[in-house]
Amino acid sequence: MSDHAALLAQRVADAYRQHTPLALRGAGTKDFLGIPCRGTEVSLAPHAGVLDYEPTELVITARCGTALATLESTLDHAHQMLPFEPPRFTRAGCTGALGGTLGGALASGLSGPRRPYGGAVRDHVLGLKMINGQGHILNFGGQVMKNVAGYDISRLHVGALGTLGIILEASIKVLPKPSAGETRLIEMDAARAIRTLNAWAARPLPITGAAYWQGLLHIRLEGTPAAIDSVRDDIGGDIDGRGDAFWSALRDQTHPFFDGDIPLWRLSVPDTTPPLDLPGEQLIDWGGAQRWYRGAADPAAVLAAARTARGHAQCWRGDAVAEFGLTARLDLPAPLRAIEQRLKRALDPACIFNRGVWFDAGS
Amino acid sequence: MTAFTETLPEYAYDKPALLAALAEVLPDHALLLSTEQKRPYDCDGLSAYHALPVAVLLPETVDQVQRIMTVCHAFGAPVVARGAGTGLSGGALPCTQGVLLSLAKFNRIVAIDPAARTARVQSGVSNLRISQAAAPYGLYYAPDPSSQIACTLGGNVAENAGGVHCLKYGLTVHNVLEVQVITVDGERLTLGGPAPDSPGYDLLALIHGSEGMLGIIVELTVKLLPKPQVAKALLAAFDDVAKAGEAVGAVIADGIIPAGLEMMDALAIQAAEAFVQAGYPLDAEAILICELDGTLADVAHQAERVTAILQNHGATEVRISADEAQRLAFWSGRKNAFPAVGRISPDYYCMDGTIPRKALPEVLTRIAALSREHGLRCANVFHAGDGNLHPLILYDANAGELAAAERFGAAILRLCVDMGGAITGEHGVGMEKINDMCVQFNAAELRQLHAVKAAFDPHGLLNPGKAVPTLHRCAEFGAMHVHHGRLPHPDLPRF
Repeated sequence: MSDHAALLAQRVADAYRQHTPLALRGAGTKDFLGIPCRGTEVSLAPHAGVLDYEPTELVITARCGTALATLESTLDHAHQMLPFEPPRFTRAGCTGALGGTLGGALASGLSGPRRPYGGAVRDHVLGLKMINGQGHILNFGGQVMKNVAGYDISRLHVGALGTLGIILEASIKVLPKPSAGETRLIEMDAARAIRTLNAWAARPLPITGAAYWQGLLHIRLEGTPAAIDSVRDDIGGDIDGRGDAFWSALRDQTHPFFDGDIPLWRLSVPDTTPPLDLPGEQLIDWGGAQRWYRGAADPAAVLAAARTARGHAQCWRGDAVAEFGLTARLDLPAPLRAIEQRLKRALDPACIFNRGVWFDAGS
Repeated sequence: MTAFTETLPEYAYDKPALLAALAEVLPDHALLLSTEQKRPYDCDGLSAYHALPVAVLLPETVDQVQRIMTVCHAFGAPVVARGAGTGLSGGALPCTQGVLLSLAKFNRIVAIDPAARTARVQSGVSNLRISQAAAPYGLYYAPDPSSQIACTLGGNVAENAGGVHCLKYGLTVHNVLEVQVITVDGERLTLGGPAPDSPGYDLLALIHGSEGMLGIIVELTVKLLPKPQVAKALLAAFDDVAKAGEAVGAVIADGIIPAGLEMMDALAIQAAEAFVQAGYPLDAEAILICELDGTLADVAHQAERVTAILQNHGATEVRISADEAQRLAFWSGRKNAFPAVGRISPDYYCMDGTIPRKALPEVLTRIAALSREHGLRCANVFHAGDGNLHPLILYDANAGELAAAERFGAAILRLCVDMGGAITGEHGVGMEKINDMCVQFNAAELRQLHAVKAAFDPHGLLNPGKAVPTLHRCAEFGAMHVHHGRLPHPDLPRF
């Protein structure tokens, strides 16, 4: 719970002068997602602590090393939540007993089942304090809901995998927790589930989670008890007696679907995309927009399926992680790649942060 | 009104040769060269600043935009993009050394996809037209800036426009899926896409609020939302602005996120009432308009709770809209607040600071003190839900009060920064708040912003001189304020 900002900035400034790569690390819960970064490890977990939280402002400000569990228990006291339900990965071979950190959630940009209804990680970042590749501590954005002063460098860091700098602190927009909720289970095939989800998405229904696995559509309804009562018959199906357990397991990938060592892929596609024609098992989340695929299909077939749907695929587990994982070299059109390279250089001129992730020195 | 004096470097290029090259790209009617033809484009919604460009270009195809950019890039000529010109910060103010690129002819709705709940539109399509085109499917586009009849989607992205419903439904950045951008050297980029995320950096987020500094937006795909079953508005009167401010916090603390939550102070209430006869209580020091939307059951439940909260926090009167006509009547005064103030003063200057909500009572007290100090009246309209304050400074340009109004405005923005807020919530920096940026950011931060700009536009040809001040400019600005002994942050590095 202490301030390591000055110390970290000094380390970065030294590394910049010496062109020494630094591997940024929070709790290490997402190590499995990609190849290891090259360089001296810089642990950001000690730079932790909630700095400011006033429930009526709907904003929490915390240091990057703050455990998501700590952040969420703080919010819980005021009956509020992180609307993007970041995965906590408490059991995926991690070192931190409390699971992932705020910095890791922002850098990875991963959102949970509520994402289509509550928004993604980047949608809730209001501002941050960062260290750039020259060791300067900079502030962008702020603690207010609306701020268009300067380019949105805060949101740029979300999902950038630490390649643009160290996120020291962030201010996050939070929301009240719904007063009631229940999960309905409805039997149908995958194609009909996708059509049903899209039809429901065009109606004002209190849905905050929609996933499909093994013949069952899972629908989370949240709001006032009266609002849930008013749509229950319309949605149909049976109540899920496990309460919120399914969503929590989906969020943290502790659901049995994620077990084992069969290659696992994540496909991000338009929510209207029909079931993917790939051999193996699929779990559909985000109302149809996030498809989890586990199976032995050739990587080229998985990538082609994503491309045909106008989406993209990332290998989550298996041999293809090095080439097609979250950290792999980006396959982008040339003009876009050129801009991303220049942007990387604008924030990290000596390519010291997480070298090997997306970019290499001199690339 | 005064002509704007630029402090730009000289862009040395062969103007006749540039115009000849552009004439090969564009038909005669799309290349405006005479002063009379160019005059309507000499300013945007901030009419205090105006300037004439070398030429006004009205391309009709993406290919023409790409070729214009290739030509201008080769010559090293500045390009300023313009949508409908409704912006309030001078972001579309022409550059006298370059061309003005109007996207007015990019006015086609390419496709509405009701199944996917998306609309693909060209960047010159007005905000409101999307909701009109989506209405037959029970869908709408959520961001609703007050200029929505005229303002274009490309401009909305450039400014990251908000509106009165953004606490619940987000800003433009939360509602756009894909943007097609032409780069400074004429390449076409697709940022984002129909899937929820894309590989690489989130350039889609970065382009929002970038004020035409990074590229030319030609087409975009936006999310459409289902219309809520029902919307109801509550109108509450208070005899004290501080009580109204506390009531706003109490509503949110209760776990309710209203679709809109607006506040007006006494002068704004009186001006609006005189203009549209909305039925506002004229003896109130502040009113709150709270809109609730959602399912019938949720809205009924929330209306009851909000009424109780407002009464517990000292509301002298709470009305609930009985029908759609009354809901619109409650809103009519708020939505006409700017023209209403325009009726009681020869000129007004609209500010756009943001503050943490809790700071509202103190900020209003200090604005009242500044009003006395500067000898100008000020009406306050406030997006209370998301902390975005619009003080309207009343002045008379013909009486030489513009400079005083600008000084008063700058003092309000410094106050917002001091309270932990920002100099602009939704209007953008443009030309107007370029000096105020020196209060918000230090030298290292400004250098970083310039480096980001250079990644897209290494030679500084897109909208030059806007959005991010040069360090030199801040040095002069800072010195000026030290001279007057009113430096807002004595501890901030000056340069």
